[in-house]
Amino acid sequence: MSVCGSCHGCETSVLELPRPAATRSATPKTIALVGPPNSGKSTLFNRLTGLRQKVANFPGVTVEQHTGVAELPDGRAVRVIDLPGIYSMSPRSEDEQVAYDVLTGKRADTPKPEAILLVLDSTNLARHLMLAAPILSLGVPTLIVLNMADDLRNRDGHVDREALSAQLGAPVALVSARRGEGIDEVFDFMAGALAKPTPTELPVLQDVPKCREWAGRVGRQARYQPPAPPQWTRRLDSVFLHPVAGPLVFALVVLAVFQTLFTAAVPLMNGVRWLFDVSGAWITATLPPSAFRSLLIDGVWKGVGSVVVFLPQVLLLFLFIGILEDSGYLARAALIADRTMARVGLQGKSFIPLLSAHACAVPAILSTRTIENKRDRTATILIAPFMTCPARLQVYTLIIAAFLPERRLLGVFSSRAAALLGLYALGFLAAVATAKALKSSILKSGSTQFLLEMPSYRWPTVQSLGLRLLDRSKVFLRRAGTVILLVMVILWVMAHVPTHDGRAPAIEHSFAGQIGHAIEPAIKPLGFNWKIGVGLITSLAARETIIGTLGAIYGMDPETHSGDLASAIHHDLTPGGAVALLVFFAFAMQCISTIAVVRRETGGWKWPALQFGYMSVLAYSGAFLAAHLIR
Amino acid sequence: MLQLSGNNEPDGAPSTLLDLRRGDAAILDRIDLPGDEARRLMELGFLPGARITAGFSAPGGDPRVFQVDGSEIALRRATARLLKTRPDKGTRLAADARIR
Repeated sequence: MSVCGSCHGCETSVLELPRPAATRSATPKTIALVGPPNSGKSTLFNRLTGLRQKVANFPGVTVEQHTGVAELPDGRAVRVIDLPGIYSMSPRSEDEQVAYDVLTGKRADTPKPEAILLVLDSTNLARHLMLAAPILSLGVPTLIVLNMADDLRNRDGHVDREALSAQLGAPVALVSARRGEGIDEVFDFMAGALAKPTPTELPVLQDVPKCREWAGRVGRQARYQPPAPPQWTRRLDSVFLHPVAGPLVFALVVLAVFQTLFTAAVPLMNGVRWLFDVSGAWITATLPPSAFRSLLIDGVWKGVGSVVVFLPQVLLLFLFIGILEDSGYLARAALIADRTMARVGLQGKSFIPLLSAHACAVPAILSTRTIENKRDRTATILIAPFMTCPARLQVYTLIIAAFLPERRLLGVFSSRAAALLGLYALGFLAAVATAKALKSSILKSGSTQFLLEMPSYRWPTVQSLGLRLLDRSKVFLRRAGTVILLVMVILWVMAHVPTHDGRAPAIEHSFAGQIGHAIEPAIKPLGFNWKIGVGLITSLAARETIIGTLGAIYGMDPETHSGDLASAIHHDLTPGGAVALLVFFAFAMQCISTIAVVRRETGGWKWPALQFGYMSVLAYSGAFLAAHLIR
Repeated sequence: MLQLSGNNEPDGAPSTLLDLRRGDAAILDRIDLPGDEARRLMELGFLPGARITAGFSAPGGDPRVFQVDGSEIALRRATARLLKTRPDKGTRLAADARIR
């Protein structure tokens, strides 16, 4: 918040100078953004708040709360709440309930907004105006934001904003949030004197046909001329939804996503690895040898580095998904996938979370919110962690590199790539089988209603893609800086106590080694020794920590000290044990962040407990079978 | 429950959205779905009296996209079957006037 120098209408200007953060959030006026899905609400939110936004959950419900701060031209700050996209205010879904409660001031955790920005798609005004009725009837000062004004103009549509404003008794702004047109008017509204709306008439809110008639009437009086049908969207759909070309494009898109994962990300990941190696070597050279240096390098730097290496891969994948989503293609992909997903009892909307789960299960589980059917949503959440995420990929790569020589199969395919692909397929098949089992038993539901709006194709904007990637990076790095860091530090301590005469014990006699030995009988049938056991325990927090763990243990073990990690593992595992380890990682739910997000999204411990138990049993029995079938 | 007019096809079962071929249009007559699900459809523009045009479909013909009230909405065949229609002739002007 900047110093409030020349602001007259600012009643709190006296208190505007530095003050504790706790009272700061109470001063700005609160404004809520409301609108139907696909009205461009989030784009406007990004325009208004830029980098000053954060995402959280409304307490107690699974609805995402986007809040941000918009700085007015006069320097004042306004708190902006981006409410979930809604079609009506009759509180039937959780989204609508939250929007209703926030707007009427019934949520104790959110201040009642003093003004509303109602965002409507001007290219589909007659239908979107239906939402204006319940919003205006709240009696809160409202600006009607007619978004996508550039589209309306380009396709020969028209609306008389003065006439519309007169009908609705509220100011109207024609805006293109994507291009930044008309944003000044939105700021002017937020800064100006606020008046309650005075619509000439309002329909009976519960009656949808009456609301639609009212909206049509208002549109006619505002001389609304709907735009010509979107020619480009029709043309593109004639390819993307073509009986032959459609599935082909779909397959190419999915292939491109995985190609990005496997190849395009590699140079970037090598770059990050190099940065950590060089900086680690520099720290080693700078600090005198001590327990602290060992903790910093072997515990913190290597542990965190082994995770941060994945950042480019995760970001590239989210960039890809962001482009698909913002351009409108993802809705078509969901449409194409629907029939196939229906075979295992799911639906097209489950496709998007399952695709994103290949980058990370946590945001994938958050994105299941678009699935209205609760049982379909739960089933999608329960199978998402089977998808091969980059953390698994790293473990796979290490073990495959240790055991499988690089060979050409049939002259073209690399043997290692084929093994990786097999593991992707294994996870996918486990997900499909689980979905089928769930949907024919505890999550059985009748034929699900599948309603999906096909938005017009649009160019994604750099700003919205950038903000999305920034948000994902924050989540990812926070995880590396908290869970993984903590586990690595604990492991380092466990591996260095109890000390003998001030010196660290042999790894075998350390606490970590003792724990490994204690669980050895349970994992011996899988072909694992106590060292792998320690790795399995630390990987309960996050899969990839097993690599740092094994690196630390083998590094401290005189027998394997000299060689690299791959040859140390090769020395310690039989081929059967190696396959068992791969199978174990393919099925097990070793990720604290995923467990936490499942608990939050399903509203209790029941589902995450069931999921963890099921996946663990599957992992153990799968690994047991592998260890005994392959010798 | 949403029966607004009774002029169904004279012979046998009334036609539904499923009977429309791509590019064909018809007037929605009623929605044979329980209140909440019908309401959701109505909020998306599937109102009795609305003119609906069949658009593209997913490979295999399910789900199908329908153009209604300025947007394109995909429905599964199982749902489209429950949206009963009447032919779009003569009524066209009246319907357009009502929903525009």
